[in-house]
Order: sequence, then C-alpha cells, then structure tokens
Amino acid sequence: MTSPLEQKIRITGPSIVTANRTFDGAVIYRTASNGWSTSLSEAAIVRTADEARALLTESVADDVGAVGPYIAPVEIKDGGKIKPGNLREHIRLKGVTIVLLPVPA
Amino acid sequence: MYAYDELDRTLINERVEEFRDQVKRRLSGELTEDEFKMLRLQNGVYLQLHAYMFRIAIPYGTLSSKQLRRLAHVARRYDRGYGHFTTRQNIQFNWIKLAELPDALADLAEVGIHAMQTSGNNTRNVTSDQWAGVAPGEIEDPRIWSELLRQYTTLHPEFSFLPRKFKFAITASAHDRAAIKIHDIGLRLHRNAQGETGFEVLVGGGLGRTPFIGKTIKPFVHGRDILSYVEAILRVYNQYGRRDNIYKARIKILVHELGIDKFAAEVEDEWLAMRDSALTLDDAVIEEIRSRFSYPSYENLPHMPEELKKAAHDPLFERWRKNSVFTHKIQGYAIVTLSLKPVGGPPGDATAEQMDALADLADKYSFGEIRVGHEQNLALPHVAKRGLPALWKALDKIRLATPNVNLVSDIIACPGLDYCSLANARSIPIAQELTRRFANHDTAELIGRLHINISGCINACGHHHVGHIGILGVEKNGEEFYQITIGGRADENAELGVLIGPAVPYGEVADVVEDIVEAYLALRERPDELFVDTVKRLGVGPFRERVYATR
Repeated sequence: MTSPLEQKIRITGPSIVTANRTFDGAVIYRTASNGWSTSLSEAAIVRTADEARALLTESVADDVGAVGPYIAPVEIKDGGKIKPGNLREHIRLKGVTIVLLPVPA
Repeated sequence: MYAYDELDRTLINERVEEFRDQVKRRLSGELTEDEFKMLRLQNGVYLQLHAYMFRIAIPYGTLSSKQLRRLAHVARRYDRGYGHFTTRQNIQFNWIKLAELPDALADLAEVGIHAMQTSGNNTRNVTSDQWAGVAPGEIEDPRIWSELLRQYTTLHPEFSFLPRKFKFAITASAHDRAAIKIHDIGLRLHRNAQGETGFEVLVGGGLGRTPFIGKTIKPFVHGRDILSYVEAILRVYNQYGRRDNIYKARIKILVHELGIDKFAAEVEDEWLAMRDSALTLDDAVIEEIRSRFSYPSYENLPHMPEELKKAAHDPLFERWRKNSVFTHKIQGYAIVTLSLKPVGGPPGDATAEQMDALADLADKYSFGEIRVGHEQNLALPHVAKRGLPALWKALDKIRLATPNVNLVSDIIACPGLDYCSLANARSIPIAQELTRRFANHDTAELIGRLHINISGCINACGHHHVGHIGILGVEKNGEEFYQITIGGRADENAELGVLIGPAVPYGEVADVVEDIVEAYLALRERPDELFVDTVKRLGVGPFRERVYATR
C-alpha cells in the first residue's frame, strides 16, 4: 500500500489531519501543538498542500500514538466553528446515524 | 456440537498469548503499525471508522449456549452491549479497544471460540448450512467435512499467505442454504451411482468488484480424496494467482482468465501427482471427527402434539409458526429460525441481553444449541414441537419472534458507512427504512419470498449481486447514491442480478423498491410466482420502465 506521504496531496479548502488512536481506535485530530485531540475544535487547520504535507508528515511520525493518519476536508462556519467536510467524517465525529433498538428488559 | 480436543485447546490458548505479546509490543512501539497490521488481521482485528472491529469465527454456524453467553459477556464487558452477525457465520464487535483485545480473546478461548483467520489472505472460516445435521433429506452432516477442512487449513503455512482471502462453503442438501456458488470453493455433498459419498466441487465463485457464479470443476470427488483435491486447487491458485493487483487476486479471476477447462486441467495434473499421498483420508480419521460431534437424544414424539393443536387457535402464534418453523428430520421436532430483522432494527444485530436470554431458551428447548445462518438470522435446531407455543412467547419477549423470515423485510445488509472504513454509503438506515415500509405482515405475505441485499460499497459484504433486489451504495460528488439490481439469487440456482438503470439518491431508495414490488405484484402470473421467477420470465424491462418513468 502506498504510504500517505507518497500520495499526491490535493486540497480544495480548509483541511485537517485525522487518525485513530492506537490503544482504543478512537477518532483523533492532529492539533497545532504536535499532539492529538478527540475534539475537532482543537484540530490544526491547513489550507495549502504544503501545509497539509507538513502536518501529515509529523502525524505519520507518531506511529505509536496514531494509526492511519490522512487529510480530511472541513468547513469553517461563521464564528470559526469547525465542521466535518463530508458524511464519512461527520459519522466519524458524531457516531453512527442509525437508531439502535432499545435493549429488551 | 463438536467437542474440541486437547490439541485444539492448546492451539487456541497459545494463539491468545502470542497475540497478547504482539499487542503489548505494538502499544509499546516495538512493532510499527505496518508490522502489526497483518498480525492483527490474522486475529480478526480490523480498524474501522470509530474503533477497532473484532470478527470472531463461528465455524459452520454452530454455537453452544455456553458460547453464546460468552459472546454476550464480550459484548457487555468489552464493547457496547451488542454484536453483529455477518453474512459468513461470524460475529463482529464494533467498539473494541486494542488494549483489551487479548483479554477478550482469552475469555472466548475458555469456551473454544477464536478469531483465527477471520481476516487476511488465508483460508477463512469454513461455512456451512445452518440446518446441518437436522435438515430432512440431507446426505449427511456437512459439518463433519467442514470441521475436517477447518482443522486442515487452520494455520496451514501454504495457505496462510495466499494471493488473497479464500472462502469455503459446504452443503449436503439439495436446497443450498450455504450459498456455495458464491464462494472460492463450494462443495456439494452427494452420492454417486455406486452409493459412495463425495463432493461436487465448484470453484471461482465470488462477489465484490468482479462477481462470478462458481463453476463445477469436478462433478464427483470421493470423500477420501477431498483434502488432496482442494489442496491441488489451492496450489494452482498459489502458483498462478496474481499478487500484483489486489483487484485481480481472487481465484475467480484466475479461473475466468484461464477458463474453467484449462484451470481444471492444471488442477488435475497437480492432483494426480499427490492424490495417493498422506492427504488421502482413511475412514478412521473421518470417524474420529464424526465421533466428536454429539447429537441430541431425541424422544419419540407425535407429529402433532396437543400443545400445538391448542395454540393453533392463536392467529399470532400461527403466523409465526407458518413463517419461522421448519420441518426437522426427526418427527415431533422442528427447526426454528429467529429473525434478527425486527422492524426498524439494524439487520443481524443482537444485544447481550438477547444473547443471554436466547442461551437460556436454547438450554430449555434446543439441547443447548444455536445456529447462525448467512442470512444474518439465528436458529434453534432441535425444538420439540410441543414446546413451540411456550418458546414463541419467550422469544417474543426478547424481540426474536418477528415473523418475517424470507420475506421482504428479512434484509441482508453490511455495516456500511455507519461503521466500515471501506464503505461509500450507508446500508443500515436503508434497511431500517425498508423494514418500516414493509412492516405490515399481510402485505409481506402477499409479496411472498423476496430477498433484499444491501452493500455499502463494491466489496459486496451484503451480497447485493445475489439479492432478489440488490442495492449497492456508491458515492457521487460527495452524495450517497444507490444502484439497484434485480433477479439475483444465492441458492442452488444462483444468478447475478441485473442493473435496472441509473443510481438513485439515498432518499429515493425505499420508493424505488416499493415501485419494483408493486410492478411485480401487477406482473406476476399467479400468487405463487416468486419475484425472481417473474424477473426471469420478463427481464428487467418492465421494472425499469416502472422505476424510471417518473424519475
């Protein structure tokens, strides 16, 4: 499989780097302070391919803490609130869209 | 039930400790993800959207009540209180933590459950008919041969690094409930003119990006030769199968590109060179495996007990009995299918509470045995008919008595984009909406047998190609769209469905399915002409016209 760093980076708007946390698989976002957060609001925003590559490079370097970092689109709403840029990322952030049936007593 | 011997138990326990060490080294950084990935996959551990997903094998779909209780325990202690039964007689847990996986595996190992080879490019869980051993007219219990293949292929070094994953399915009945024609190797147990037991061997079936129905490579292979014959197939595949392109690596592509005759000739050459080798099975080996399966001590019971006659006055009971209770090979007993497709529920999901309660019911009514079918439903295989009314009431309390088996709301669906990192679109919400649309039982009965299969991507875990109505999620410019096929089937007359037209958006899928069903009701020649038979007779044209006339 091609390393994410060898893939061509194309971004068309504000983006973040996201991955899964190694020990439990939780969704995490790369922060501006070289760490990870489970909160999208703390994600570092990149707007150019060079910025994205730099953020991805430092993310990939943390192989112990995170699995499979990649660049994902986001939307910046009025007031600066960060929203996922597609359905997949929305589901990763918010959880499944389905209603789980109540557990029988 | 099959009783593991000391060798099996040692193997499973050693595997747990090996994986515990691998996880420890991964978490400490001693192993990189690249190094660890194959190791975790070989233990059924995927990384999905939200978390690790843990896939556990239920060989040939047979579970004891003790094992089901342990699955409930894993759901409760390590996950979020439920599990998902898949289309290959596995169960998946969606929210498991890597750090806790070795403990979960150790808990499962205590009751003989493992996750070996539920992923990776090796031979996968050997699947079979969920009615094995109890179906009327069966040649013999196919699980004996499934177990033999399981033992032979598990951790076999030559089959551990194949070009791609490899799946076996076995049936011993005329009606194929194991979908053998969509497996890499499908085995149909039958008898030849001399009365000897052997297999029709099919090869090269599979769905995914490039679907094929399996082709018969040899009409009869004697039981004693089955290991050498399948090894010959695997050797040819290992030698010629493509490793340069993941999309062309399955054996179905090799069979297609070489042609079945040339592929068969290669296998025959290989087989003749090894046929009379240590792989020839002597009767003692087969008998040893047969002897480790225990069967209930059935009573001599009447065909129609008083309890059943009395309960027949209850229309709700009768509705369930007619839909979900099937003929057993022993008089006075029945096979009961338990729908995991309640209206509005995710197909194939069961809660820990349901699993625990069902384990108790299995002890009380089915000699402690439960079966898992590829349609994502469960079954109690040995229920005395006199116990059916009481069982029905108990099942209804735990929401396992939905009388929709084989009807339009008995939908097969993959986890889709709600869980799966490969998916392009959601599957479960489509299924949930369809179960609501077709919630009226009288309408579902009027429609008759109709299988809807939904996959969230081209990998086809929901077997959409062989659904009577198949629904495939695709992504178009960031939006979920769905391609609809009709006329597929997964039984002994397996066929691939035909696309009816352009993909439709998420919000229109249920309407389209309703249109197709309405067209069928108007077009069928008589009430017992099944949907697939109407499609076969008329082609997709009238259905296409109905769906796209106003779209």
